[in-house]
Amino acid sequence: MQSGIHAAETSRQRTAPEPALPRPKRGTLQIKPRWKKLLTGYAFLSPFLVLFIVFTVVPVLDSIRLSFTYYNMLEPARFIGLANYRILFLDDDIFFKAIQNTFIFSLVTGPVSYMLSFLLAWIINQLRGKSLFAFAFYVPSITSSIALSVVWLYIFSGDRYGLLNHWLIDWGIVSEPVLWVDDAKTILPVVIVVSLWMSMGTGFLVFLAGLQNVPKELYEAGAIDGVGSKFQELWYITVPFMKPQMLFGAVNAIVASFGVFDIAVAMAGMPSPNYAGHTIISHLYDYAFIRFELGYASAIAVVLFVLTFGLGRIAMKLFSSKDE
Amino acid sequence: MPTVRTVKLAWRVKRIALYLFVAALVSFTALPIVYMVSTAFKPLDELFLYPPRFFVQKPTLRNFFDLLTATDASIVPFTRYIFNSVFVSAAIVAGTLAICSLGAYVLSKYRLPGANALFAVIISALMFTPQVTQIPTYMVISGLGMLDTYWSLVLPKLAVAYNIFLMKQFIDQIPDALLEAAHIDGASEWRIFWRIVMPVCRPAWATLIIFSFIGNWNDYFTPLVFTTSESMKTLPLALQTLAGGPGVVARSGAVAAGTLLVTLPPILIFLAFQKMVIHTMAYSGIKS
Repeated sequence: MQSGIHAAETSRQRTAPEPALPRPKRGTLQIKPRWKKLLTGYAFLSPFLVLFIVFTVVPVLDSIRLSFTYYNMLEPARFIGLANYRILFLDDDIFFKAIQNTFIFSLVTGPVSYMLSFLLAWIINQLRGKSLFAFAFYVPSITSSIALSVVWLYIFSGDRYGLLNHWLIDWGIVSEPVLWVDDAKTILPVVIVVSLWMSMGTGFLVFLAGLQNVPKELYEAGAIDGVGSKFQELWYITVPFMKPQMLFGAVNAIVASFGVFDIAVAMAGMPSPNYAGHTIISHLYDYAFIRFELGYASAIAVVLFVLTFGLGRIAMKLFSSKDE
Repeated sequence: MPTVRTVKLAWRVKRIALYLFVAALVSFTALPIVYMVSTAFKPLDELFLYPPRFFVQKPTLRNFFDLLTATDASIVPFTRYIFNSVFVSAAIVAGTLAICSLGAYVLSKYRLPGANALFAVIISALMFTPQVTQIPTYMVISGLGMLDTYWSLVLPKLAVAYNIFLMKQFIDQIPDALLEAAHIDGASEWRIFWRIVMPVCRPAWATLIIFSFIGNWNDYFTPLVFTTSESMKTLPLALQTLAGGPGVVARSGAVAAGTLLVTLPPILIFLAFQKMVIHTMAYSGIKS
């Protein structure tokens, strides 16, 4: 039986070593083991497949279906066409606010965290003790944003007890304590600062790992070809070599920045003053699990899905078109 | 004219400046964490000092006792939240590791019909936030009668696109010849997976364990949606209730201790496995 599998494998894999002994019973069992192997394969894959379909694939399709209905879990879903989207884009001022907040947030944290991750990874990769530095930069991203919000709320506390206010007043920069998390004007900047602090995450690690794998010979060859400064080296050798990691990091940054929720809720509360910390996910959560207007909430989910997916695709195009 | 010496000196000065710059950044990022650790050990009078003080003067463990005993008076003891978090995170990690490794092995080495299409779907699934699917997932969980149970917190988290992607990228690196050799020796499929594939990709599953554990330990959205009773809450939710949201100063000591307790496990776990993680991450680029 095993020899049959082996034969099936070698036909595809030329590099496989030939067995030293003559293969016994070859031919008679050749078809059945391949069939059996397929069956084992599907059996191994099935737990993932079932759960992935039930909890990822079907929900995405179901969200799209629900977004065209009115549904509150008590009555059966009623088809209402594009009404949800019409209300969402034309009449829902709070959604407009949420989109605005999320976009401002993403346009700042996405690119900044991405470049900062790459730059810092690049810098510390040239230093001694890089694992220590890597650890220091990475740790904020693995802390619970809810837990750390306790600390941040203390730092940004709106009275004189707040650390930041205390320092600012001490240094004479402001005369009155600033109401950081209560003033609609400062909520979003505060959320952005905290998020940036936490953003040296998976992308940062991927960059760091990718940098360590750029072959040294490439730099030597580059030096001969006239690559002078460190920055030229970065642009002409390191970046092209790290495309797969750069793409992964970009997708990661997009998804993370558009999914902002925890930090905004923990810092500004929900609903936040004047909806200044309201994000797309906050809006989704509000309609889905507080008001139970699931059709409308699904429309929000679909908009978010289209946004991140579209941007992810664009990132993929961007990084592959430069290839070769 | 620059001599070798001055060039070397300039290089050294630049180097030192770079180190100082990075060190300054590190101390900036470390600030909130240092403050958190220091606050957890502050006695009550130091918590409300004015002007506020950064470092603890007379460290005490009082806050931890408060956290574990004083909150006993509420409906659910704090230890219950700890248990919930540990149990749920551990169950997810064990489940997703088994399911995603097996799946990744098949996707990588079996050349099943339809495998490429499935992998394309998995790549796509990397590109949206899990909250997008929360509503139908909620309906499925509710339909199965699993709301407010451990199942609701664990089951939807097992087949994670990122995890199977990570494992597959790593298993792709295992030479087929190694597996064929095992076939010739008469090893069963299960045995090959268990005795050859898994040991070889230890760095990959160490990474998966860490990421999965950290992500789920800190997860706030899922328990927020799926649990209703106090006894099912996990640590991040419980901590938020304890802190009472923005502006509440009550129980500051217990909150500070709780914050440290919630933050510590991910840091310790990452510290233990850092080397393996960075090794694995080299394989997690997306080739398009």
